[in-house]
Amino acid sequence: MSKQIIASSNQRARQLTAAEIAEIDHELGLYPDKQAVGLEALKIVQKHQGWVSDESLLAIAGYLDLPVAGLEGVATFFNLIYRRPVGRNVMLFCDSVSCWIMGCEGLKAHIKQALDIDFGETSKDGDFTLIPVPCLGDCDRAPVMMVGEDLHRNLTAEKIDKIILDYRKGEGSE
Amino acid sequence: MVNNPLTKNIDMSRPPLEITAYEASDGYQSVQLIAQGLSPEDVLQRVKDSGLKGRGGAGFPTGLKWSFVPQGENTPQQKFLVVNADEMEPGTFKDRLLMEGDPHLLIEGVIIAAYAIRASKAYIFLRGEYVESERLLRRAIDEAVNRGFLGRNILGSGFDLDVIVHTSAGRYICGEETALLNALEGKRATPRAKPPFPQVSGLWGKPTIVNNVETLCNLPGILSYGVDWYHGLTQGGDHGTKLFGVSGKVKTPGCWELPLGLPIRELLEGYAGGMQDGLQLRGFLPGGGSTDFMLPEHLDTALDYDEIAKQGSRLATGTMIVLDDKTCPVGMVGNLMKFFAKESCGFCTPCRDGLPWVEEIFRDFEAGHGNEKDLQILHDHVDYLGPGRTFCALAPGATAPLGSGLKYFKEDFDKHIKEQCCPYKH
Repeated sequence: MSKQIIASSNQRARQLTAAEIAEIDHELGLYPDKQAVGLEALKIVQKHQGWVSDESLLAIAGYLDLPVAGLEGVATFFNLIYRRPVGRNVMLFCDSVSCWIMGCEGLKAHIKQALDIDFGETSKDGDFTLIPVPCLGDCDRAPVMMVGEDLHRNLTAEKIDKIILDYRKGEGSE
Repeated sequence: MVNNPLTKNIDMSRPPLEITAYEASDGYQSVQLIAQGLSPEDVLQRVKDSGLKGRGGAGFPTGLKWSFVPQGENTPQQKFLVVNADEMEPGTFKDRLLMEGDPHLLIEGVIIAAYAIRASKAYIFLRGEYVESERLLRRAIDEAVNRGFLGRNILGSGFDLDVIVHTSAGRYICGEETALLNALEGKRATPRAKPPFPQVSGLWGKPTIVNNVETLCNLPGILSYGVDWYHGLTQGGDHGTKLFGVSGKVKTPGCWELPLGLPIRELLEGYAGGMQDGLQLRGFLPGGGSTDFMLPEHLDTALDYDEIAKQGSRLATGTMIVLDDKTCPVGMVGNLMKFFAKESCGFCTPCRDGLPWVEEIFRDFEAGHGNEKDLQILHDHVDYLGPGRTFCALAPGATAPLGSGLKYFKEDFDKHIKEQCCPYKH
C-alpha cells in the first residue's frame, strides 16, 4: 500500500534544474550527511521557483534520498518555506511587541485595505503576499517590515502606500 | 585604552571594515597569538578568568561551558562550534548590529572559541531574514580565508578551521540550543532531552558548543587587551561591556555598548532620552520578551545579571521594551502571548495547548469579554507553564511577562473585566 503511494508520488516529481542541482551539491560538501541539506535544498528551490510545490518537494526528497514525509515535516515546520504559491513580492510584516507598542495594529489594518487582502493571502494582481513575522530585530526603528530582501523601517501609512507603489513600478529597494 | 570593544569599529553610516582596516584596528591579534604558541588551555583559562557570561539570554559563564567539552585521547576528535545567530527574541536587536556593523569581530571570536574547544568546524546558524548579515559574513569569511586566518593549518599553527554559514527559515524555537542543533541536522526544530548536554553530545552526536553572537564578540578583546583590561570595563559585579537596547515610546530608541553595572535610569533617561513628551513610564521588560516586568521604582537597579535577578527579572538579552502609560499593559502581554503561542514548537502538551488558551483569553479581554474565571485561568497558567512543567524554556519564558504583568498591572486586568472593554481605547 505505502509503496504504491510512494511510486505514484515519484512520478509527479519534477526535474530539478541544473542551477538548483549545482547549488544543492555545493551545500552537500559542507555537511556530513544528506539530511542536513534538506532545508538548504528547500530554500534553494524556493529561491528559483518562488515556492515549494509538491513536485519540487518530491524532487528534492528523491535527489537527497530522504523520506518524503520527513522532508515535508521540515518544510511545513519552518514559516519561511512556502508550500503554496506566493506573489512576486513577499511582505513580512512584524507584529511583535515593540512594533505593537509603536502602532503596528493600525498599520496592519491599513496594509490589508491597501492590498485588499488579509494576512496569508496574495493580492489579485499577484504582486504581494502578506505574511506576519515575529520580531525582525530592528526594534529601535519600529514599526518595520520586509519586502523581499529589503527592510523598511519607521513605517507610517503614507510610507506603506509609497512602498506598495514603488514595488508595483519595479523600484522596490529603499 | 579601548572601552567599547564590541562597537569600536561600528559606524552604520558606512560599510563595515574590510579585513585590512579591521587588522589595523587591533583585529586578528588573537590569531597571531595562537600562531605564536598560545595553547587552547591558555585561551580557556583567560576566558574563565575574564568572568564572561553568555550574552544570548541565559547568562551562563562561557569558560565553564567550554570546560565541559571532553578533551584528550579517548574522546571524540570531531568537535563543533555553533554560533547562535538566530536573533528572534521579541524586542531584541543587538546581534544584527554586531554582524552588520563589524562582521570580522564575530569571525575572530569564532576562531578563538573553536581553537579553545578544539573544533575544526564552525557553523553560523543565522536567522533567515538577516540577509544583509549573511552577505557581510560571507564576505568577511572569504577575506579571512584569503588571509590564512581560516582553513588548513592557520598561520602554521597546525589548527584547522572551516566556518560555514547556515541560513535558517524562521521559528523562534531554533534559538533553544538543542532545537537549533536539530534544525542544523535538517530535522524539525524540536528541543532535545538534556542530558546529555550538547557540550558532550551535540551536533551529530559530537561535543558541541553553542555560543551567542555577542558572547563570541567579547573574545577578541579579552585575548588582545588582556583579562585585567576586561575587568576594568565594568561598573558592577559582572565583567565587561554589553549591548543595551531600548525600544518603545522613548525619545531616542537605540542600541548602545555600555559597561555592565550602569543604573537602568542612565540607559532609559540618558541614552534613550526618557519618555516621549506627554508619556509616563509604566514599566519595562529589561531583556526581551521572556523577562519579567520591572517598574519605575526599579530604575536605580544596576544593569547586572545578579542585581536584576534580585528584582525578580533577568538581564537576558539586555534589550529593553518600554511600556508607557497610554499603552495597554494587558494588550502588551496579550501580544507577547500571541507570539509565544505561535512559536511553540508543538512538541509538549502544556506549551502547545496552554499558550493558545492563554492567548484566547487575552483576545476575550481585548474584545470586552473578560471575566474573573478566565483571570484565574491566566494565574493558573503561570504555574502550569512555569519552569519544570515543560520540555524546554519557551513556555516558562512566556510566564515571565504573564506572571509579572498579572502582578504589577492587576488594576488594568480588573478594569477590563469591570468595564467590559479595553479602557485604553476610550
